[in-house]
Amino acid sequence: MPTTSEIVAHATRLFEDLNFNSAREWKAAKPGRKVVGYMPIYVPREIIHAGDMLPLGIVGGGDQLEVIHGDAYYQSYICRIPRSTVELGVSGRLDFVDGMLFPSICDVIRNLSGMWKIMFPQVYTRYFDVPQNYRDEIGGNYYIQELAELRHDLGTLRGSPITDDELRNSIVLYNENRRLVREVYTFRAEKPWQAPAAEVYLIMRAGHVLSVEQHSDMLRNYLAAARAEERPRRDNCRIVLTGVFCEQPPLNLIKSLELAGCYVVDDDLLLVNRWLTTDVPTDGDPMHNLALAFLHHSESTAAKYEPDLKEKGQHLVRAVKRTNAEGVIFACPSFCDPALLDRPMLQHVLAEAGIPYIAFKYAENSGQMQPIREQAGTFADSIKLWSGQ
Amino acid sequence: MTATQIVTPKTAAKDVEKDVSMRKQKAMMAAHYDRITGAPETGKKICCTFVPGNLNELIMCFDLLNNLPEVNAIQSGLRRVSGNYVLEAEKIGHSEDVCTYVKSDIGMAAKGNIAPNGKKFPDPDVLLLSYTGCFTFMKWFELLREQYKCETIMLHTPYMGDGKITPNMVQYMVKQLKEEVIPKLERISGVKFDIDRLREYLKNSVKAEDNLVRVLQTAKSKPSPIDAYFGGIYYIGPIFGAFRGTQDAIDYYKFLRDEVEERLASGQGPVTPDGDMGKEKYRLVVEGPPNYTNFRQFWKMFYDEGAVVVASSYTKVGGVYDFGFRHDPDKPLETLAEYCLGVYTNRSLPMRIEMLTNYVNEYAADGLLINSIKSCNSFSAGQLLIMREVEKRTGKPAAFIESDLVDPRYFSAANIKNRLESYFQMVEQKRAAA
Repeated sequence: MPTTSEIVAHATRLFEDLNFNSAREWKAAKPGRKVVGYMPIYVPREIIHAGDMLPLGIVGGGDQLEVIHGDAYYQSYICRIPRSTVELGVSGRLDFVDGMLFPSICDVIRNLSGMWKIMFPQVYTRYFDVPQNYRDEIGGNYYIQELAELRHDLGTLRGSPITDDELRNSIVLYNENRRLVREVYTFRAEKPWQAPAAEVYLIMRAGHVLSVEQHSDMLRNYLAAARAEERPRRDNCRIVLTGVFCEQPPLNLIKSLELAGCYVVDDDLLLVNRWLTTDVPTDGDPMHNLALAFLHHSESTAAKYEPDLKEKGQHLVRAVKRTNAEGVIFACPSFCDPALLDRPMLQHVLAEAGIPYIAFKYAENSGQMQPIREQAGTFADSIKLWSGQ
Repeated sequence: MTATQIVTPKTAAKDVEKDVSMRKQKAMMAAHYDRITGAPETGKKICCTFVPGNLNELIMCFDLLNNLPEVNAIQSGLRRVSGNYVLEAEKIGHSEDVCTYVKSDIGMAAKGNIAPNGKKFPDPDVLLLSYTGCFTFMKWFELLREQYKCETIMLHTPYMGDGKITPNMVQYMVKQLKEEVIPKLERISGVKFDIDRLREYLKNSVKAEDNLVRVLQTAKSKPSPIDAYFGGIYYIGPIFGAFRGTQDAIDYYKFLRDEVEERLASGQGPVTPDGDMGKEKYRLVVEGPPNYTNFRQFWKMFYDEGAVVVASSYTKVGGVYDFGFRHDPDKPLETLAEYCLGVYTNRSLPMRIEMLTNYVNEYAADGLLINSIKSCNSFSAGQLLIMREVEKRTGKPAAFIESDLVDPRYFSAANIKNRLESYFQMVEQKRAAA
């Protein structure tokens, strides 16, 4: 059985590889294979997988990518993820990608879908809209049609239609994957010293480039290894990290939080891995099942409308309670409309619930961690000193 | 540390030249603000909604008064009070990075919610979240809902990512209208929905829309009798605001059309705040909203150089009518859906490029100018690619300036003027080379 350090080393190599060699190898292993990229926060990867394609998560270029061309496409007041994604595209790092899906998350990613159509006309490009109405007969029907269009298009890309049985098979595999992801999160919430946040992040991030089968194996191995290994427990406080659902924080930022005294016991990183909160039924109409799962059993985040004022922000309160967290850290990418516009409302909810929080901004290429470490350290100290008083 | 203060000029602005239509428009807007602030006395209920996807005809069916927070932010910008409102919102926790319309609105509420007529805005009875073409709208009304604790109705307009309106999109919207929006508006207003009443309003809309299109298309003539950006903002006020579907709008657009056609017939150019513009030297297409905090100064930079804007995307933000769309009274709910789907910021980037390219060609423009707005990702993200593509497709030079809607901190007059002057030189060079 591999050790945690071996598994994490593998995940780190995948994370650092800005040429996506593992996805390239997957594609080259069998003639006719296709790769379909997707951006945060959610696409139904089951449909891509059912078409024998590799869903490839694209979450920007991180802090190791030098953005040369991408900056020429964006003003200084636009966040960083689209410019590094454009950089990945124009530098040829995504030249093996046959399709790109741009989910409904914000106007920047929405507009990037149109840019992609112009810049890479040979790539199948789709803006993936999701309903903001959650009634089965309204938003549900609309979404089923949207899913059907996607299924049809991907079938065309493959050269043959995607069948219901293929979809059911993919749903089984992704249900299993999500169960394992949740298990890792639960394990970390119980023993965060056994599953450091940066490790968990790398393991989850691997799911963006590996096939679902490979990723599930990695998760199983990691769980077994992390449970078996005793690690020193620090006198850290426990926090929920939020706002990090699109542009990724640098790995060093995640490490810095723990070094500064904050165990991350929940987060909204890489939400696609656990977007659907329960298993999707495998009997009946798979498109219908995927649609209902989205409507009624999916995560709450800023890009989704919350129809009920009383429910606004409660997902965060529940996350704090579920994980026995002692505070919340709002880490939002600079110029991120969803995260920054949502933040005051969430903070009001936390204040009412008596949950302490701090907030700061970052960019995927932020280099200076000292201010963040100091802020997080002070937060951890204040929780330790003053909580319960 | 001293807190930032926005200093507003103490001297009164010089008298501004205005067309009769502009004075008429101003009076209409003033009367509407009186209706809104008078609601506590008249018993009228207030519905807030947005300019893109503004369902004014539907709102009127329930005897509700339409109050548009974006328009209020614009008014705050023009009156130079938005800067302090924005600071106020930032003081209470809103990020410096986000939309200044939102912050102006929230800051205004925090400072007493005073309308342009000096009276207090009543709290809204309902927020009609017409989620069309702008992500921020959703958060904006979630924020207002938190503040006013009033009912909020979501109407989700799918984005035209593939450049087309599909039957699925229309059906989805019609269902939302039938099963969510209308029943809730009935309940809140206490007025039963009458589809024939809606049809009547829609018939009125068509008349105003026809005349607006004619007015905007007069700019194809040389010289153009209008400025389709700075002047255009006056022209779109009633139809994008609370007047579409009313007799007032019919009268206004008929009057405006007659006025503009008179100017056209006599070969006159646009009226500027300093009077007639004089010789038309440059014809521009402009993409993006204007700056409102220094609106007149901004406009002056154009007319001082003899530059007239012959077409703009901003005047399509509350509805695109110049490619044939008209509200159709025979299919009242479908037409509302198609209207929302078709507004400018709900169009894909390739559609926007095509539209701007057409404008440059059809309006015989010298080029494209983009005023990129710091606040507005819906407009701004992708504009540098738009600029390059339009330049490539038309062979005409394009240029890029930056400002903000209602945050005066982002208006740098010297910078903008320099860029504009360089751009006009570029146009001259291009002409000489041709």
